[in-house]
Amino acid sequence: MSNLSPIKAIPVKADAATAKRYKAGVLRYVEMGYWQPDYKPLETDLVVVFRITPQEHVDPEEAAAAVAGESSTATWTVVWTDRLTACELYRAKAYKVDAVPNTGPGTKTEQQYFAWIAYDLDLFEEGSIANLTASIIGNVFGFKAIKALRLEDMRVPVAYLKTFQGPATGIVVERERLDKFGRPLLGATTKPKLGLSGRNYGRVVYEALKGGLDFVKDDENINSQPFMGWRDRFLYCMEAVNRASAATGEVKGHYLNVTAGTMEDMYERAEFAKSLGSAIIMIDLVIGYTAIQSMAKWARKNDMILHLHRAGNSTYSRQKNHGMNFRVICKWMRMAGVDHIHAGTVVGKLEGDPLMIKGFYDTLRESRTPVSLENGLFFEQDWASLRKVMPVASGGIHAGQMHQLIHYLGEDVVLQFGGGTIGHPQGIQAGATANRVALETMIMARNEGRDYLREGPQILKDAAKWCGPLRAAIDTWGEVSFNYESTDTADFVPTATASA
Amino acid sequence: MMTNIGARLTQGQFSFLPDLTDVQITAQLNYALQQGWAIGIEYTDDPHPRNTYWDMYGNPMFDLKDPAGILKEINECRKTFPRHYIRVTAFDATRGWETPRMSYLVNRPAVEPGFALVREEREGRSIRYTIRSYAADKPEGERY
Repeated sequence: MSNLSPIKAIPVKADAATAKRYKAGVLRYVEMGYWQPDYKPLETDLVVVFRITPQEHVDPEEAAAAVAGESSTATWTVVWTDRLTACELYRAKAYKVDAVPNTGPGTKTEQQYFAWIAYDLDLFEEGSIANLTASIIGNVFGFKAIKALRLEDMRVPVAYLKTFQGPATGIVVERERLDKFGRPLLGATTKPKLGLSGRNYGRVVYEALKGGLDFVKDDENINSQPFMGWRDRFLYCMEAVNRASAATGEVKGHYLNVTAGTMEDMYERAEFAKSLGSAIIMIDLVIGYTAIQSMAKWARKNDMILHLHRAGNSTYSRQKNHGMNFRVICKWMRMAGVDHIHAGTVVGKLEGDPLMIKGFYDTLRESRTPVSLENGLFFEQDWASLRKVMPVASGGIHAGQMHQLIHYLGEDVVLQFGGGTIGHPQGIQAGATANRVALETMIMARNEGRDYLREGPQILKDAAKWCGPLRAAIDTWGEVSFNYESTDTADFVPTATASA
Repeated sequence: MMTNIGARLTQGQFSFLPDLTDVQITAQLNYALQQGWAIGIEYTDDPHPRNTYWDMYGNPMFDLKDPAGILKEINECRKTFPRHYIRVTAFDATRGWETPRMSYLVNRPAVEPGFALVREEREGRSIRYTIRSYAADKPEGERY
């Protein structure tokens, strides 16, 4: 294929124009080779879309070229040492800028542009998210010629994807290991998240699992604090998991958070979890990309499911003009090798526009995602058979929203009802049972071909006639919804935030 | 006697609901067939959560697309093994899945004694856990 080329040698030019190009001094980035409107990206290129808000008096092409330059080879001035290299290959190439719809004069938002930039494969080390991100989101985000910059999407070439392990376990193997098919998994985060002793903490785990949940989870900031050391937590949680498994005949799990200050500590905690027979451990996004990749390799080697809590992501993913879109984090985490990632609920308490969340979920679960601007997917992405990541929906959701959750999120998802389980008026077991009954009822109705989204409230009411815990849950939370506008919304179609 | 809510084994995707009627089973069979999945019937009298390989009541029915015919097989299995656990599994052969996509119980023994948790205390407060089915103490075929 003609567009697979770059083996062909790029001749070292020695003409007059080239001599002028490398004369000491400062050039505009567009003049340095970072703006190439005729460039056709290669199949092996990594292609990126940035949202750029240029400074006044900086035209969009120059801003795009500057971003391409600063995220690849450029510095602020001409350097003759470029000529010792195949510099034209290593220069990122901005090849397109489009005005962002509904920005600029006459709107509430200052003018923004989508800039399309291609990077040669040789710019990146194999299997290293750290190296990839050091270029793409390195220095460039503080660059003065742009007011704000946001990484919107990234097409990762198959050739590069194949240098990553991908999810340690993946949806298919996770389900086989847990022996759970055909329905979302159910979880809850232990509450209160801080302050319980190991013994009291394990009580919550036991009650929730025995009542019908598949998983209970440590919260992101439960590590090893004065009120509860990590070894105590692990020991009591595994007692709870095994007691509940014996009480129900079902495989159960608790995500033991192994997040710690050093890799050595994390490995020690992970090994202890394994020695106790835990099926799953968890880490937080804040441990960093390299630590995540290390734990993913450990998890693959030790038959462990690896849950990732996205702690910290909203510091850079929530605002629309600056930072990076969460869909890019989803891509990087699928490459880095986690099995679970929190990816939004649509109807819960945390940020989440339904169209955007569909884009995240598709990115995590599908083998190939087509371009879908309304879901924020700027590129077709072939996932090269990397395993599928199970998204986790957590935060302010309850049994009364079951029809909406299944409609928006599908069945390959962990639905986590923390408050909705532990805050149940009849106790934690009853809370878990209410969620499980609501879930199974709704899956059955969906499979029967019923219009479950519309009939959902009635389907739940009918089940509540024979299930007291579900009745109590609906009486308590039936009317609760979190109906706020999302900040991270699609640029290409009008959107609405769903509510109960 | 199991002490969880419902006092029953909760494996499978519909174990928290009342036992499925033949009409409900047929609707689920229809759903699986619409997805292009093949349906298999499996039975066991050892419901340990790690007992993966229940015995197959014949191979998965790759070529049987009629839910009534499949229901007939289910009912014959129930007649042959009235006190066993019987589950219906739907197998998806699509690339990227190639795994069961549904699994639910359609028969269970009248009395479910449940499981014992056996603890072996080890050093450093660690405990090695083993789950043992009370019924599986008896030989196969004499358990329920």
